[in-house]
Amino acid sequence: MELFHDPKIDWLGKKWYFLGFSLIFSVAGLLSIFFWHHLPLDVDFRGGTVVRVKFASAPDANRIRSAIDKAGLRDARIQQPYGPAANNEVLVTLSRSATSESAIDQGRAAIVSTLSQNYAAGAQQNQSKIDLDNIASGALTSWLEQNDPEHLGNSSDAETRYTDQAAAVLRYRDTEHSGIIESIDSLRGVVDPAVLTAFEQNAWLSGFSVRSVEIVGAQVGKVLQHQAELATLYSLAGMLVYLWFRFELIYGVAAVVACFHDTIITVGAFSLSNQEISLTVIAAILTLIGYSMNDTIVVFDRIRENLRLSRREPLADLVNRSINQTLSRTVLTSGLTFLTVLSLFLFGGEVLRGFSFALVVGILIGTYSSIAVAAPMLVAYQDWRARRGKAASLPAAKKARV
Amino acid sequence: MKTNIKTRLITIIAVLVVFVFGIFRVPHGVSGEALKQAILQNIHLGLDLKGGMHLILQVKVDEAVSAETDTEVAGIQSDLQQNGITGATVSKPDANRPDFIQISGVPAAHNDDVRSLLESRYSNRFDIGPGVGNSWTLTMKPSVENDAKQRALDQAIEVIQTRTNTLGVSEPIIEPYQLGSYQILVELPGVDDLNRVKDVIQSTARLEAHEVLGGPWPDKQTAMQSIGGYIPPDAELLPSTPGASADGSAGEWYELRKIPIWGGTDIRDAQPGHNPNTGEPEVDFYLTNAAGDKFGQWTGANIGKDMAIVLDNRVQEVAVIKGQIHDQGNISGGGISEQRVKDLSMLLRTGALPASIDFLQETTVGPSLGADSIRQGVVAAIVGMVTVMVFMLIYYRGAGINADLALILNLVILLGFLGFSGATLTLPGIAGVILTIGMGVDSNVLIFERIREELRAGKSPSASVDQGFAHAFTTIVDTHVTTIVSAAILFIFGTGPVKGFAVTLTFGLLANFFTSVFVSRVIFDASLSRKLHGEPISI
Repeated sequence: MELFHDPKIDWLGKKWYFLGFSLIFSVAGLLSIFFWHHLPLDVDFRGGTVVRVKFASAPDANRIRSAIDKAGLRDARIQQPYGPAANNEVLVTLSRSATSESAIDQGRAAIVSTLSQNYAAGAQQNQSKIDLDNIASGALTSWLEQNDPEHLGNSSDAETRYTDQAAAVLRYRDTEHSGIIESIDSLRGVVDPAVLTAFEQNAWLSGFSVRSVEIVGAQVGKVLQHQAELATLYSLAGMLVYLWFRFELIYGVAAVVACFHDTIITVGAFSLSNQEISLTVIAAILTLIGYSMNDTIVVFDRIRENLRLSRREPLADLVNRSINQTLSRTVLTSGLTFLTVLSLFLFGGEVLRGFSFALVVGILIGTYSSIAVAAPMLVAYQDWRARRGKAASLPAAKKARV
Repeated sequence: MKTNIKTRLITIIAVLVVFVFGIFRVPHGVSGEALKQAILQNIHLGLDLKGGMHLILQVKVDEAVSAETDTEVAGIQSDLQQNGITGATVSKPDANRPDFIQISGVPAAHNDDVRSLLESRYSNRFDIGPGVGNSWTLTMKPSVENDAKQRALDQAIEVIQTRTNTLGVSEPIIEPYQLGSYQILVELPGVDDLNRVKDVIQSTARLEAHEVLGGPWPDKQTAMQSIGGYIPPDAELLPSTPGASADGSAGEWYELRKIPIWGGTDIRDAQPGHNPNTGEPEVDFYLTNAAGDKFGQWTGANIGKDMAIVLDNRVQEVAVIKGQIHDQGNISGGGISEQRVKDLSMLLRTGALPASIDFLQETTVGPSLGADSIRQGVVAAIVGMVTVMVFMLIYYRGAGINADLALILNLVILLGFLGFSGATLTLPGIAGVILTIGMGVDSNVLIFERIREELRAGKSPSASVDQGFAHAFTTIVDTHVTTIVSAAILFIFGTGPVKGFAVTLTFGLLANFFTSVFVSRVIFDASLSRKLHGEPISI
């Protein structure tokens, strides 16, 4: 099977279309960054508090809002639904000003307590009971030891017995049921009947559970932001130096310009779609800088090889021919990586959503740019030199492979 | 040629066996459950998969410096007194400059004496200079100051380590973070009782005894008025916890002598106990011998005066000294709970933090989210891998099998490496594994396309395979280097989960270099060696 059989596409003839396409996307992204959504930064960089809560049934936005208002957290932002609606998840975000450095988890504590007091049904009459949806393992064990439903007394047997029972409940809740217990009755068979009876009498289910909390003080956010910028710059510089060393300076410049173009468009896509840029997104962008180099190198390698074989051919034709010769491998390699990244985007869950989105966009753009930006730049550079009356040949230079 | 292939095949099988061992070691069985257990035992999961807490703490090292200069201030005062120099005040005028001491109001006649005293006794730790009028300034030398800060950081790390150990956290990570910023990274996998852990880590647990100079007053304003609107340099005003004083009223203020009679490092032992008269819970503590002697002398000389026990800058108890006290005391009252008594004695035993601690960052991943993340990551990996493998089979037919075998081996080496090295697998790390699948197969595509090209040019199958590998080799080196450079920068700049991604991606690609260039080649050669010369290959 073959994707392209001996293609003869005039890529450089379409360079104005490419330029237009690239300009539209970069400018749209930049406009959005400067005038529309700006750069939506994740809590990692911006600082603040993010609490991810899962509910047993479809959460009621108004009730959550009023519960949170009751706690006096007026600038709280509630994102709902978070992820697929069927997950019943909500993200509650507090701004940095509500996240003081001396009592960093104030916001989280307020959110959790107001939800259990003001959102959960039947919170009032259940105040003295334990909440099986939110209890920690240590607390559950000591609750069991104190109540001693199996009448084991103070023996060491009791300790291991109840530790096991508590672990069974948490395994059922956390590992098998995503953090929420449907009903106390569903624990039948998970714990001993005596423990179940104790739960029926003295435990309740608040119907929500906190899945993750991220709290970042302003200071850390700034440091991380600075580091992310530095890392991106170092990556680009690293690529420039490596290609300079392996090819010639102009090849390195062309590749880095293409890479920079990819980075701008990818970051722009985050701004346009108002998705937050997190630490893992930065990781994805750095990976892209390395990866989108790959296609460019494949094309450049072929250009250099062809340059040595046929010195007479006009550069534009030679570059066209080189792109066409490598077209199927460029499309295949990117396509296969794209498939895996797409599967990550579709099945990898909310935590990695931004990361895989960056890769999905970046791989498409990266492939496009090695054909439509990097290679034409070489030709443009040579035209420019020719107009200034300098030697018209692009350096094939440095002994290439056999 | 044949024997050559045989040795190469043996190499590959040996590598396979070694890395499979890395993943599973010796499992207790071959059932799915046993194998899963074996994998989980050998491959360390990160906090984001296992659940747990990730904290970044700031040690307020300035407090440690301040404590040192406080001691020096007392030292200079007694030195001046011994040398018969009166009228001079020793103070730290700027609250934001813990390293700066000022001696003002030095009588002109004694100016030279003060200079020679300072130079002989303090110049190794301080830069000494003349100030405005008849005054002298001492600025702690930067090296001395940095030593003090570093010591505070080291000590804080040690104390937190001891404390988390008593909580029974398995495999905690407690280490300096962001060199030179006096921050500590704390990772507590599997912890789900957040509030208690945070309390235990954050408590400074600095227990001190101070001489009471005045008070109690009902609030700070009254206190300030009563002492004349100005706190003397050698004193401090502190509030009390409710119920500390005899009449049990809430939150009163006391004026205390700033330098404690004994302090946090002087505690030898602390145990939970009960008051023999009332039966209420209390913490019984014991001083070290040296501190006990000092305390004995001081109490002997100050019978009838008031003394305060201060915990973390709150007055816990005020008592009249009735006789000489040596090396023990207790903290009680204020309705202190049994749990608090237990925790507090543990904190006092493990020692005080040298300075208080702020939380800069706190990430908590509940165990339920971790479990879901693993499930989703594994599903994404399997879907991605199957898609790629099926595509390779359809597109390259015979050679597709070759690529798929190489891909599987690539994964085995990567996971085996994670098992051997103890590197941590995080959620982005799983993404790195998935990306390795996609990028790894790229090398095969580069080689196969080149082979097809050579075949089209009319070369024989074995020559085409030869040329294909030779031509693609440098390209593969280039593409691997660029991606690994990116990953290395990520490793340097990244934190926890992102580092995990950089690690898996790097080793995935290194393993890929072996599988795509070496293993694939051997499979080709092996299948070529079975064919007649010139018989076509399936690619």
